[in-house]
Amino acid sequence: MVAGKRRGKKNPTYFDYNLLFITIFLLCFGLVMVYSSSSYTSANKYGDSAYYLKLQLRNILIGIIPMFFLAKIDYRVWKRLGTMAYIGSFALCTLVLIPIPGLTRSSHGQSRWLWLGPVSFQPSEIAKLAVIVFMATLIERTCRQLVEVKSLVKVLLIMAPLLGVIAYNNLSTAIIIFGIIVCMLFVASPRYLQFIIVGVIGIAFSLVFVVAASYRGGRIEAWLHPEEAGDAGYQTLQGLYAIGSGGLFGKGLGESLQKMGNVPESQNDMIFSIICEELGLFGAVSVILLFILLIWRMMIIANNAKDLFGALVVSGVMSHIAIQVILNISVVTNTIPNTGVILPFISYGGTSLIFLMAEVGLVLSVSRGIRLENVSL
Amino acid sequence: MERNKTFHRKKICVFFFAVLFCGCVLLGRLVYLMVFRGEYYSKLATDLQQRERQIKAARGKIIDANGVVLASNKSVCTISVIHNQIEDPEAVINMLVKELGISEERIRKRVEKVTSIERIKSNVDKETGNRILSYGYAGAKGDEDYKREYPYDDLASKVLGFTGGDNQGIIGLETVYDSYLQGEDGTILTTTDARGVEVDNIGEERVEPVPGNNLHISLDYNIQMFAAQAAEKAYLQKDADSVSVLVMNPKNGEIMALADYPEFNLNEPFTLIEQYEEYAGTDEEQDCLNQMWRNHCVSDTYEPGSTFKIITTCAALEEHVVSPDDSFYCPGYIVVEDRRIRCHRTQGHGAENFVQGIENSCNPVFITVGQRLGVSRFYDYFEQFQLLKKTNIDLPGEAATIMHREDNIGPVELATISFGQSFQITPIQLVTTVSSFINGGTRVTPHFGVRVETPEGEVLEELTYETTEGVCTEETSATIRQLLEKVVSEGGGNKAYIEGYEIGGKTATSQTLPRSANRSISSFLGFAPADDPQVLVLVIIRNPQGVYYGGTIAAPVAREIFSNILPYLGIEPDQAAKKDEKTEE
Repeated sequence: MVAGKRRGKKNPTYFDYNLLFITIFLLCFGLVMVYSSSSYTSANKYGDSAYYLKLQLRNILIGIIPMFFLAKIDYRVWKRLGTMAYIGSFALCTLVLIPIPGLTRSSHGQSRWLWLGPVSFQPSEIAKLAVIVFMATLIERTCRQLVEVKSLVKVLLIMAPLLGVIAYNNLSTAIIIFGIIVCMLFVASPRYLQFIIVGVIGIAFSLVFVVAASYRGGRIEAWLHPEEAGDAGYQTLQGLYAIGSGGLFGKGLGESLQKMGNVPESQNDMIFSIICEELGLFGAVSVILLFILLIWRMMIIANNAKDLFGALVVSGVMSHIAIQVILNISVVTNTIPNTGVILPFISYGGTSLIFLMAEVGLVLSVSRGIRLENVSL
Repeated sequence: MERNKTFHRKKICVFFFAVLFCGCVLLGRLVYLMVFRGEYYSKLATDLQQRERQIKAARGKIIDANGVVLASNKSVCTISVIHNQIEDPEAVINMLVKELGISEERIRKRVEKVTSIERIKSNVDKETGNRILSYGYAGAKGDEDYKREYPYDDLASKVLGFTGGDNQGIIGLETVYDSYLQGEDGTILTTTDARGVEVDNIGEERVEPVPGNNLHISLDYNIQMFAAQAAEKAYLQKDADSVSVLVMNPKNGEIMALADYPEFNLNEPFTLIEQYEEYAGTDEEQDCLNQMWRNHCVSDTYEPGSTFKIITTCAALEEHVVSPDDSFYCPGYIVVEDRRIRCHRTQGHGAENFVQGIENSCNPVFITVGQRLGVSRFYDYFEQFQLLKKTNIDLPGEAATIMHREDNIGPVELATISFGQSFQITPIQLVTTVSSFINGGTRVTPHFGVRVETPEGEVLEELTYETTEGVCTEETSATIRQLLEKVVSEGGGNKAYIEGYEIGGKTATSQTLPRSANRSISSFLGFAPADDPQVLVLVIIRNPQGVYYGGTIAAPVAREIFSNILPYLGIEPDQAAKKDEKTEE
């Protein structure tokens, strides 16, 4: 455990460098993998093998600003902005649904992007952070009542409009946000049974939704029999080819063949399959271990946070990252039906990456509030 | 401000362990996919990533009786460009223009075309290909390839045949022995990206091609040259439509030469020869090509005329209806039913015995002999001589004998058949049938193929052919040899006579149908030495201008061939025979 004395002897403060370094390591590893998985296709498409590498580097540099900023500021400031964050993200997520030329943009038949001048971003990514802060605020205020089922339902009802708006065209993000909400409530409530019920209902709900939504219908078939599903199973199958050809130690960094156009957009959702192909089972296990280490650090910070708000914020961020990692790897390994979830810090991404870094900043801020004499490990 | 309570910590720990559990499940899944299913998926991935390119197998050679290579392969290159790999298009274009001599405009178009691989030129000779590769420009590729090469251009073109783009034989021996000659193509497995573009830095996997086997044939380059020269000379001298010369060993059916002038250039089989040049580019071009490739000795039938009298003689001798001493009288014609069939000598040959009859090629004599045999017995001999079956020569497209049905043969037909008219056989059939009469009664299968050897020279298969013994008796065979020797030494075939050799033979002159067109076929069939025939020569001159008698124009051609090939085959002039003849005279 690295503990530092930063502000003189009187105020021994803590800063979790472990978390910072794990994050930096993941980001750098991500840069390498983004370059490796995208260089061949981007050289053909844009004539620049470092096209995605440059964009990712730019996004990381942009992301460092909010991360640093949030790590510096006392996280309790955000308590006051919780409600506003909720309303604001709700507004943005609604706005994105309305086709406004020059402002909203759709891709792959789904409108998820807001376009402000040269900057485009996905409001649903902002919503994740907003939900974490808002939920933490909400739970801190109503903590004692959370024993009752009624107040749990009340919280869910408050979140319902935002979830609905997001789920309308981005089911995977809605599932992630729902997962964050449930996890935060689980941490806040002393009960277990209710959450088992909620979990079961949640899974049932998403299953129904998944089967019902027409554009996802083919994905179930593609999940069960990717070999026979034709185009619908193409991405999954190509990912499996990549994973399978990795073996124990992989083909070596940069040696993937599946990245050469076979795995579509291999720098995004499917980057884990390229990691498996190039670095083998050994590399894949290392990546999973890194994420577990990251979450473990966050657990330590949450458990030692000086107030409930901080603990809840950290639990939220922790659940966010954990859910995305689990979903992404499950999708890539065809453990669950295909849905678009990126691998945090490693996949190429803009808004999602910046906000993930912001969330880490928030956690670092909470870690700074830990008083060393109270640290329990 | 709420304090962080114990149960919160506990629950965060529970959450962490739940995540850990999920992580372990996923790890298990990964182990399953990468270790237990790894082989399956990586095989599928390899299938997907690799593209197969063929490497042509070298086709087997065709080698003559003395080891002269008549058909072999030339290494060539197929030059292509891969658009995505080109780094300096201008340099590549300039280089290709310079090396290949194609216009810049055409090369530029192909180089700038966005395709995975664009073929620029095939059949580029190896040196040029190597020069192009030595520039080392990215994106310019040369694939090794083979092109069939015939070193002697038009030598025995209709026998050897040529091959098509897929290395398959199109006519001649190339077709019949295709399975031996072809070999097995190899493959180059290259790794490509999803668009099919080759990935540069990954090596190729090669499955080496298996070259085809060599075919050794009985054709002798030198004899073929003699035959071809003689044919060409006769063709030019007589302004004929075509001249065929066939040289065969009558004992085993091995064909030593088959010239069918005009021949065509095997290296450019789709270029029309002079005779058909005017049809190039017209609708008739393909017909003309087929005509040009046609082997007249095998695929065409003709009325054999007087050479068929050998067969009539053999049947009559076998049936003992005639003996050499039998007397005949030729008034210049013979009446059959209500028809007067003329002898070629209108004033008649007068009184003659059978030996003189065959020397004179007297039609009334053979009509009489035919009448003595009768239709039924004559026809039975056709069957016995296997005249109505194909010879099964190892060349494609053999034509069948066109003969009257037995019950349609009346006295007039019988008379005309006796001297070789009103029906058609192929030259190869005539040669094969006569061979069996002069070799002591063994019907042989005419052939070229002798054995198949591996490229390393190991004998893979000795080719064997069907033979039938007892087609005629040894006695009849000896009589026929004597009779035909007389034809050359004293009769109509005397223009084929070579001092010091005993040569047997028979001339023929027949009019082609329709008779009014006044076109004729002159031929001569000869063999030597007469008492033990080792070589048989058939000369056919189609539609000669001017003098058209077989004895006058075809026999000298055979004589020229004999005078060349008999010493070549080691058959020395027989001094004793020469002396005997002189004392007899």
